[in-house]
Amino acid sequence: MNQALEAQAYTELLQLYAEYTAAIDAGDWDRWPEFFTEDCVYKLQPRENHERGLPLATLHFHSKGMLQDRVYGIRETLFHDPYYQRHVVSLPRVLAVDRGRWFLEANYAVFRTKLGEISTVFNVGRYLDEVVRVDGALKFASRFCIYDSEMIPNAIIYPI
Amino acid sequence: MNDAPITLPSSPGWPGDGVHRVPYWVYTDPDTYRRELDRFYYAGHWCYIGLEAEIPHPGDFRRSVVGERSVIMVRTQDGGVRVLENVCAHRGAQFCRERQGNRKEFVCPYHQWAYDLEGKLRGIPYRRGIRQDGQLNGGMPADFQMEGRGLTSLKVAVRGGVVFASFDHSLESFEDYLGPTILSYFDRVFDGRKLKVLGYNRQRIPGNWKLMQENIKDPYHPGLLHSWFVTFGLWRADSKTSLKMDPHKRHAAMIGVRSVGKPAGDVVSGVTSYKADMSLRDPRQLDIVPEEWWKGPTAVMLTLFPSLIIQQQVNSLSMRHIQPRGPGVFDFVWTHFAFEDDSDEMIQRRLLQANLFGPSGYVSADDGEVIEFSQMGFQEKPDQQCLLEMGGHDSEEATNIASETLIRGMYEYWRRVMGV
Ligand code: FES
Ligand SMILES: [Fe+2]
Repeated sequence: MNQALEAQAYTELLQLYAEYTAAIDAGDWDRWPEFFTEDCVYKLQPRENHERGLPLATLHFHSKGMLQDRVYGIRETLFHDPYYQRHVVSLPRVLAVDRGRWFLEANYAVFRTKLGEISTVFNVGRYLDEVVRVDGALKFASRFCIYDSEMIPNAIIYPI
Repeated sequence: MNDAPITLPSSPGWPGDGVHRVPYWVYTDPDTYRRELDRFYYAGHWCYIGLEAEIPHPGDFRRSVVGERSVIMVRTQDGGVRVLENVCAHRGAQFCRERQGNRKEFVCPYHQWAYDLEGKLRGIPYRRGIRQDGQLNGGMPADFQMEGRGLTSLKVAVRGGVVFASFDHSLESFEDYLGPTILSYFDRVFDGRKLKVLGYNRQRIPGNWKLMQENIKDPYHPGLLHSWFVTFGLWRADSKTSLKMDPHKRHAAMIGVRSVGKPAGDVVSGVTSYKADMSLRDPRQLDIVPEEWWKGPTAVMLTLFPSLIIQQQVNSLSMRHIQPRGPGVFDFVWTHFAFEDDSDEMIQRRLLQANLFGPSGYVSADDGEVIEFSQMGFQEKPDQQCLLEMGGHDSEEATNIASETLIRGMYEYWRRVMGV
């Protein structure tokens, strides 16, 4: 682990990761934008686009406002088959620390369970994150979900 | 056209004479599906392969599919485009495993037969045998000809930077295939400007492939299923609409002009997806800037039978490739693109508006969902029928959204080709 990163700070980062995962697995959508800074970037992107420098993302949000618009969409406008999602997220690996910004990477696997169905692997990839401290609290300045999964099983409605 | 022997469908047959009833078995019956592949994907029709911009340099290749068959789109040394079937002439190995890349030649890993970029067979290891004790033993027979033993090469059409191909070398020209009306809408987007690939999205939809063609031949649903369309006026009952087809009624164009301002009461009365007080916290997602080449319509959705949807919905552009994988499932591959002379602002705008589309998009994610629900219904009762009577029983062109005429037109064509 990077020497500049104190155990204390790492524990705080773990807390951020754990809370984020708990919120989106519980369907607590109002909490989701609150993990981000005002001018955050959130991307859900196929690995091919990411590795080849192609800018298209499956979801591409440039502000907390867009995340809140997504929450409204999930609740009110996007018709979909309801499902549970369950994330399993690895410990974050610290890539760099630079003037109060943490650059991190963590693997994730998301399982989907539809009503009356068995659970299936839904989306697998890694987070590429940039975390900053705002008013004492850690927030994602950016969170890129880069997924290996070559096919999305029909649709991804909820945040990863 | 393919003249495979007609086998009686294991299904109850077509109900009546018209196309305002479509039996569920057309979406579920495995024999029907095999015949569709043979008659629509492997003969008589141009299928979408990709964009020239994906293979700019000699030796560049990218894999694609025609129906269920794997093919390779390749840029040859002289700058032409070839489409080769990804099946080794020796023993059938699907030799090309990379998604894309650059090659001087293709070599099958199994026994290293080598093919040039035109698909011609160029090398067979130990073709003349192995020298043992001064003698050549084994090898191919002396009269074996490499000529004509290459990879299956498809007939190719390139227009405006878009590549189509067919296994059927007797096929009419791409221009005749589209017909003048649909061709004019194709040329509206692909007018010779160089394209720039923005990226891909892939989703697997558990439904019959025709349901996606029908979805984009159905102007009735967008203003009902998609809140963003009705609330922001992108596509709804008061939008100026026209529904056009080619003479065979296999291809279609849904052309719309977005409504601005609040809808009159009867446009949205009882439409629960209309959200009168909805507004975006970050309006950049719908920062629509009209472009000169639109020539009026703000959206033109083209369905090119059987394999492609071309989307222009305000500033977002995509090719949506239908890749069937059985009667009840298809892959849907999106290639979003821009134009090389776009400003950075325009590219950013196209990328942000892409949030409306694809497997998570505000006006697309739910299309995949409802297609899945339709397929579930079909599987349970193959002899039941869809009711397709919006706008009457015929399949004339129309100018309103409450019409299923384009779907009926497609089934007139389908019945003709399928002989049912
Ligand atoms: S199968 Fe390709 S070389 Fe033998
Ligand atoms: Fe739709």
